[in-house]
Amino acid sequence: MSINPAWYLSLSIVLFAIGALGVLVRRNVLIMFMCVELMLNASNLAFVTFARTLHDIGGQVLVFFVLVVAAAEVVVGLGIVVAIFRRRANADADDLHLMKG
Amino acid sequence: MNSLLAASTAPIIHVPHVDYLSILPMLIMLGGALGLMLASSLLRKVMDVRAGTIVAASVSVAALVAALFQWHHVTTHGPSVTIAGAIAFDGFDVFIQVVVSIAMLLTALVGDGYLRREGIDGPEYQVLAMASASGAMMMGAANDLIVVFLGLEILSIALYVLAAINHRRAESGEAALKYFVLGGFSSAIFLYGIALTYGATGTTNLPQIADYLSRNVITQNGVLLAGLALLLVGFGFKVAAVPFHMWSPDVYEGSPSPVAGFMAAVAKAGAFAALLRIFVTSFPTVQADWRPVVWVLAILSLAFGAVVALTQRDVKRMMAYSSINHVGFILLGVEACTARGVSASLYYLFTYMFLVIGTFAVITVVAGDGDSHTKITDFRGLAKRQPVLAMSFAVLLLGQAGAPFTTGFLAKLGVIEASVAHHGYVLAVVAMASAAVAAFFYLRLAITMFSPVGDTGDTGDTGYADGGGAVVGTSRGSEVDLATSSTKGNLPANIQVLTDAAPEADVEARGVVPVPALTTAAIAICVAFTLVFGIFPAPILNFAHEATLLLLG
Repeated sequence: MSINPAWYLSLSIVLFAIGALGVLVRRNVLIMFMCVELMLNASNLAFVTFARTLHDIGGQVLVFFVLVVAAAEVVVGLGIVVAIFRRRANADADDLHLMKG
Repeated sequence: MNSLLAASTAPIIHVPHVDYLSILPMLIMLGGALGLMLASSLLRKVMDVRAGTIVAASVSVAALVAALFQWHHVTTHGPSVTIAGAIAFDGFDVFIQVVVSIAMLLTALVGDGYLRREGIDGPEYQVLAMASASGAMMMGAANDLIVVFLGLEILSIALYVLAAINHRRAESGEAALKYFVLGGFSSAIFLYGIALTYGATGTTNLPQIADYLSRNVITQNGVLLAGLALLLVGFGFKVAAVPFHMWSPDVYEGSPSPVAGFMAAVAKAGAFAALLRIFVTSFPTVQADWRPVVWVLAILSLAFGAVVALTQRDVKRMMAYSSINHVGFILLGVEACTARGVSASLYYLFTYMFLVIGTFAVITVVAGDGDSHTKITDFRGLAKRQPVLAMSFAVLLLGQAGAPFTTGFLAKLGVIEASVAHHGYVLAVVAMASAAVAAFFYLRLAITMFSPVGDTGDTGDTGYADGGGAVVGTSRGSEVDLATSSTKGNLPANIQVLTDAAPEADVEARGVVPVPALTTAAIAICVAFTLVFGIFPAPILNFAHEATLLLLG
C-alpha cells in the first residue's frame, strides 16, 4: 500500500492549525503548552514527510533537534507555571492581569 | 574482539572540520555559564552575588577579546564557512559577537547592584544571561536554518527564566509566563516556516537555498511563500514588530529592569542578525515577495510604537513601545535589502544596545526597592536630587530620540538614507515623522526630571498629579478624611496623607536613590559611547561597513 505524501503534509497542516487555534482560544495555561507542543510536532511530521519525498536524511535528523528543544521548553514552562500558580487556585491565563497599559 | 576488528575495517567516519576560532566567543560564553553553575553547586553555601558578577564580567571580556581575534582573522583571511557549512565565519558574525559580548558585560554590571538590592542570592542571573547571550551569538553565526532555530531557543529559554528571576514580585512571574507562551508559540510558527522552506528548496543551508533559488525558477511557489510568511511572523514576534508586539509591554514592565534592558538589546541583536542574514543573503531572488511584508511591518511599528508610547505613564512600558518604534527603524534597513541597508541596521543595533541598556540601568536605580517606582512621576525632581544621574539619563534619552551629536542621530540617518537610496520615500517620511513624535515623549520624560518637585503643570501624569495637587492646595482638615475614606481604609490616617494625598511628598520621602559603583560604571560606559562616537562616528560606521563587506554570500 502506498500513500501520497500530500496526505501526511495535510495532516501536519491540520495539526498545526489545531495547535495554533488552541493557543489563541484556550485559557488554561497547561492546555496552551500542550497546543504549542502540538505545533512543534506538526512541524516534525512535515520535516519527516519532506525528508522522505526529497530522499534527504537531513530532515529526519532535524526532528531530533526539535524534540530536544521541545523537552527543554516544557521543563522551563512547567517550572514557571509551578512558581506562579503555587499561590493560586487554578491555571487560568485570564487571571494574569497585574499589568495593564 | 571480532566485533572490534569488524569496526576497524568499517569505512572511516569523516568528521567535519571544526574551526574553533569561529565559535570561540560562543564557547567561552557557554563554558562560563556552565562553569559558574557547576562551581556554585560545589560550594557549601550560596554563592556571593559579587563572585558571580566577577566571573560573568571576565567571561564577557574574554569573549570580546576572542571576537577581536576573530575580526583580525576575518579581515586577513576573508569570510569562510565551517562545521559542514552550518556556521558562517564572516564580518557580520564577528560584529554580532562583539555587540553581544559588550551587552553581556554591561548587563552583568547592572545586575550586580540589582541582585544585592533585591536580596536575590546565587549566580543564576549571570548563568542564565550568559547562556542566553551564547544563543544570540549562535544566531549571528548561524548559516543554516536549524542552527538559527537552536540559537533562538537557547536565547529564549534562558530569557523566560530570567524574566521570572525576581520570585518575590508577582509581576515578574506573570511576565515570564506571558513571554513563555507567546515565545513558544512564535518558535513553533518559525519552525513550521523552516519545514516549509526545507520542503520547497530541499535544504536548510542558507547558501544552498540561495543557490537553489538562483538556479531554479519555482513556478508553483506556494510552499516557499508560506514558509517565508511563517518565518517572518516568527521573527516579528521575536523582535516585537507590530502587529506581533502585544507581549512586549507586559513583559518589559514585569521583568526585572536589567533583564528588560538585556532583552531589548540582545534578543533584538540576535533575532535581527538572523533575519538580515536569512532574508538578505538567502532570499534576495524572491525579494519582490517579502519586501512588501517587511514594508508593512516597518510602517506599523514606526507609527504604532511612537504614538502609543505617548500615552504611557509607566517608564518601562514607555520604553517597550519605544523599542517597538526602534524595531521599525531597523526594519527599514532590512526592507532596503542592500549592503547599505545591512550596514545601517548593524550600526543601529550596536548603538541601540548601549542606549537601551544604559536607559534600563538608570530605571533600575531609580525604581528603588522592589523595582516598584517606575511611574513617570517617580522621575520628577531627579535632576535636583542627583544631577549627574539625571544628566546621564537625559543623554541616553536624547540618543534614543536621535538628537545630533549622539550615536542615535547617525543610526536613524543611516537607515533612512538606505531606504531613500532604494526609493523607499514613503517609508522614509513615515520614519522621520515617527522620530519627531518619539522625540516628544523622550523629551517629556527628560523635562519631568528637570522640573521642580512641586510642579504639577506637566502633561505626563494629569490624573495622578491633579488629584494630588487638589488635596495639597486646600487646607487639610476635612480633605484628609475624604482621602482616607476613598481609598483602602485599613491603614492609619497619617500614612494615607503621606502616600496618597501628596505624590510630591512621596517623591521627596524617597530621597536620593543609591547608585552602586558597578551600575555607575555601566551607565558611564553607555553615556561615554553615545557621546564620543556620536561626535566621532567614523570607527563604528567603518566597523559596520566592513562587517557588511565581509558578509558571506
